[in-house]
Amino acid sequence: MTKKNTYKGEFYQRDRYMHPPAYAEIYKTSVPRSPKQTLISIENSLSEITGPKFGHNDLGNLDNDLIKNYAQTGDAIGERIIVHGRVLDENGRPVPNTLVEIWQANAGGRYRHKKDMYLAPIDPNFGGCGRTMTDEDGYYFFRTVKPGAYPWRNWVNSWRPAHIHVSVFGTAFAQRLITQLYFEGDPLIKKCAIVNTIPDQNAIDGLIAPLDMNAGVPLDCLAYKFDIVLRGRRSTLFENRLEGN
Amino acid sequence: MPQNLNYLRETASQTAGPYVHIGLAPGAAGFELFEKELGQDIAGPNAMGERITITGRVLDGTGSPVRDVLLETWQANASGIYAHNEDPRHSEVEQGFSGWGRVISDFDSGEFVINTIKPGATPGRNGATQAPHINLWIVARGINVGLNTRIYFEEDRDAHASDPIINLIEQLHRRDTLLAKKTGENTYQFDVVLQGENETVFFDV
Repeated sequence: MTKKNTYKGEFYQRDRYMHPPAYAEIYKTSVPRSPKQTLISIENSLSEITGPKFGHNDLGNLDNDLIKNYAQTGDAIGERIIVHGRVLDENGRPVPNTLVEIWQANAGGRYRHKKDMYLAPIDPNFGGCGRTMTDEDGYYFFRTVKPGAYPWRNWVNSWRPAHIHVSVFGTAFAQRLITQLYFEGDPLIKKCAIVNTIPDQNAIDGLIAPLDMNAGVPLDCLAYKFDIVLRGRRSTLFENRLEGN
Repeated sequence: MPQNLNYLRETASQTAGPYVHIGLAPGAAGFELFEKELGQDIAGPNAMGERITITGRVLDGTGSPVRDVLLETWQANASGIYAHNEDPRHSEVEQGFSGWGRVISDFDSGEFVINTIKPGATPGRNGATQAPHINLWIVARGINVGLNTRIYFEEDRDAHASDPIINLIEQLHRRDTLLAKKTGENTYQFDVVLQGENETVFFDV
């Protein structure tokens, strides 16, 4: 087995067939916000293989518990769930000590945001954001309530499936990723224009968290498992020198 | 059948959506939750070099400012060193310098403001030198995969002539889309055009 510290080469190129294109007509907002010119592909330099680091001192004790971290008079309302999994790279190696941030609507599908005007009520005990660091094995977990579906303006009767937004850093600016977690069995997933910007069915399936009965807490909460894969990097450098000399 | 390669596939990207502030900048969404919001101080108190302010807007294909955008910046210090253990000189970085920042546009004007120090030139591949630049990552509703670009500085034109990344841009007039324009002693203007005339050059990194 190759030693971990030999994985210091360039990152594998991003497989654009597994990601949504910038321009996706079904998701209307992407139409004016998508570059028309092609991206210029650049080989990694120090600017891409480095990236920000975070420490536990940056976080508070309840940051990963969305049921408690905005509680004023009691727990947040909704179906209590644990969301857990690992952050891995494409080589299957854990990504330890990396920051994972999430945000979501409340159980009724309403966001605590001054721009959200949906008629479902705000939950006074639910903020809707959390963050945590992965441990040495790349493992992370959150406790939250399952978000509700909500309508949005795309077609006149468009609804987002229940989802949690997930932001991950990895070790390099080249690995930076934002995605969305969906829940197994939700019939709205197939109908969602944002989900369907992704051209590859396997890539869509990779965003659907399965119910994980083993990770739930009996008589307390259910659990969903969500592994996140970041770009992997080459183990050999040979003629590729990333920086001087 | 040959053996299976067994690589995992990178998780697919999805838009950050209109409410990205809740997760990454809750103060802007209208509430306080985290004790400390991340990315608010790029350079820290001890950083050497020139303190600068970059102001700009992200414009969509109709010329309208994108008012719900979030930008992250990543840069070296004034000596061209990244605060990361894979930069061989990282132990020389000033205490408190992170090099990473997170800014959002104003909900009304669409203007964003980056307060930092001007980075130094950094090593490129194969012994080349990269002109001073700030790496930029842009997410918003309607952006399906975060967009990478770079901010260079217009006064460094001599260094740009040998910058390996700028030289990859075939259409010479498009190179100017990466230049922050000097508007004052320590101030710059840098607009990002997502689409159309003067479209900013974006990179697949």
